[in-house]
Amino acid sequence: MTIKKISKDAFGKFVDGLIKQQKVMGPCAKGDRFEFEQLDSSSQLRLDYDVTLRPPNRKYFLPPVETLLTCEVGGGYQSVYDDTEFVLLGIHPYDLAALNQMDQIFSRDNYDTHYMKRRLAATIIACDVVTPSKDVFAASMGTATAEAGFDVLLTDIGDSYLMETGSPKGEKLIEKAQGAVDAAAGDLEKRKNIWKENQGRLSKHKLNCSSSYLPKLLEKAYSHPVWEEKAKTCFSCGSCNQVCPTCYCFNVQDDVSWDFTKGTRQRAWDGCLLDGFTKVAGEHEFRKKREDRFRHRLYRKGKYVPEKLGTKTPACVGCGRCVSACLPDIANPVNIYNRLIDDLGLE
Amino acid sequence: MIKQNTVEKDIYLPQLATVKKAAMLNETELYLHLAMDGQPLDYVPGQFVEVSLAGIGEAPVTIASSPTFKDGFELVIRKVGTVTNAVHKLQPGDKLGIRGAFGKGVYPVEEAKGRNIIFICGGIGLVPQRSFINYVLDNRADYGDVIILLGTKCQSQRFFLDELKAWSQRSDIQFIETVDQGEDCWKGNVGVVTTLIPKIKSKLASAVIPVCGPPVMYKFVLMALQEYELPHENIYLNLERKMKCGVGKCGHCQINHSYVCMDGPVFKYSDLGVMPEAI
Repeated sequence: MTIKKISKDAFGKFVDGLIKQQKVMGPCAKGDRFEFEQLDSSSQLRLDYDVTLRPPNRKYFLPPVETLLTCEVGGGYQSVYDDTEFVLLGIHPYDLAALNQMDQIFSRDNYDTHYMKRRLAATIIACDVVTPSKDVFAASMGTATAEAGFDVLLTDIGDSYLMETGSPKGEKLIEKAQGAVDAAAGDLEKRKNIWKENQGRLSKHKLNCSSSYLPKLLEKAYSHPVWEEKAKTCFSCGSCNQVCPTCYCFNVQDDVSWDFTKGTRQRAWDGCLLDGFTKVAGEHEFRKKREDRFRHRLYRKGKYVPEKLGTKTPACVGCGRCVSACLPDIANPVNIYNRLIDDLGLE
Repeated sequence: MIKQNTVEKDIYLPQLATVKKAAMLNETELYLHLAMDGQPLDYVPGQFVEVSLAGIGEAPVTIASSPTFKDGFELVIRKVGTVTNAVHKLQPGDKLGIRGAFGKGVYPVEEAKGRNIIFICGGIGLVPQRSFINYVLDNRADYGDVIILLGTKCQSQRFFLDELKAWSQRSDIQFIETVDQGEDCWKGNVGVVTTLIPKIKSKLASAVIPVCGPPVMYKFVLMALQEYELPHENIYLNLERKMKCGVGKCGHCQINHSYVCMDGPVFKYSDLGVMPEAI
């Protein structure tokens, strides 16, 4: 592990150098919001962003629509891969936690070559949060800061950035950063304070239990009235699914060329809140009731996925996007889990 | 750190199979006899495949044949959606894509050895069960009493008529059939499949009981079995869902925490305590 300090000017030049060599995706302003885009110049980069519209881990590794296969009608299939090298620059610790979780999902059991080729071609430069978003609660989910899972971690300490490497790939990358010097003890102290402050600042909603308690809490909450109460005003629009960095459900569909000779098989984001998600031939829908779909999402985040992966980290990373995106304002996981704690107690 | 897999197999890539025989079994059910162009399909009763038609789509279908059937494999496909409608146009010699076989929760071919088996089938639920039934019939000496209960909505929807006739004529198995709605020309039992259960109640106690039918059937079958106080681990339920990807990723087939494509599609009733969405 190396920790270097680089002035913001020099860092801009470093990024411009990277852009000449490979694709660099970073947070840019989009109206009064932010979104990860391919950078043409370091001047577009907004590392002071609060939160992006879409989670960058899903946008780049499990894109909204991707072609898995091409085929000839009546003939065979060929795999389609995208393994273009790129740098994902500026991902926040909570989205990084989601990325690490998704890596587990797509590399375990059945290794997903489409996801993994893209993932292995990427260099991850994470960035500590400078401006907390209005609904972030990463501190409650243990994701306000990052300890691992990045190639490089950036921390804004005022007039410069600290760059910590987390992998040989990261080591190699920052060798190219001209003007970077070894970080001094005082710089590390500054960073430590920022990390400490971020635990408090990234806490706009506060979960009243340890996040590792959620599976246990949900064990006794299946028939709780909160699911029906909240779902009464749910539009089943799936916005909470669409903006979530840990949602990975997808649909697979085929498209055919105009002359019906060639086709493609694509996967596209899907959402368990949407009506029809579990519908099978013959019009039978297994999770027909809105409250059942609503509950399923909260159970996936708090119980099913962490138990599947055998981790203590929930599959909610506290980015707060669903809280901001939900029109009837019922999606906030913290409100729901806290309500369950109030009614069912701890233990 | 994430690890790169050394085997770069695409889990979404179908392998080609050729239609050897295609025949309508009734108005809606198509029988397909298929053979893989490359490596033969390796499967056990209860497993399913993803059937692909290039440019149209993919759908999960449970295998209808027993692995003892060595000449390729068989599927029965109801005409009901985009993919299945297109599948119904296939002719002998046509190609289609196959992925699989999938599913780790399968019929208990080994555990059932030496025991009585009572198959409870509703409508097209006969198809997955047939894989196990034929396996048992091909290894008849390994199993105890074999009883097949079949309920079909109406006479015109019955299929595999030759096989049903052959089962009814065998002396080493008991085959009892009913239709929900009787017609003048139907001389057999009338009523839902659960009405057949009292007829074989003396055999229920220690039997292995595989159940497969439309979603609505399971609750009623379990209710009917309830009064005999059978051990729940003897009852096997085929809980097929929308197994879209077949490899435990896409989320469509999930019953609570469980992915049907990975943990199922066949589940022991005794394992469903933590899966309230199952029935």
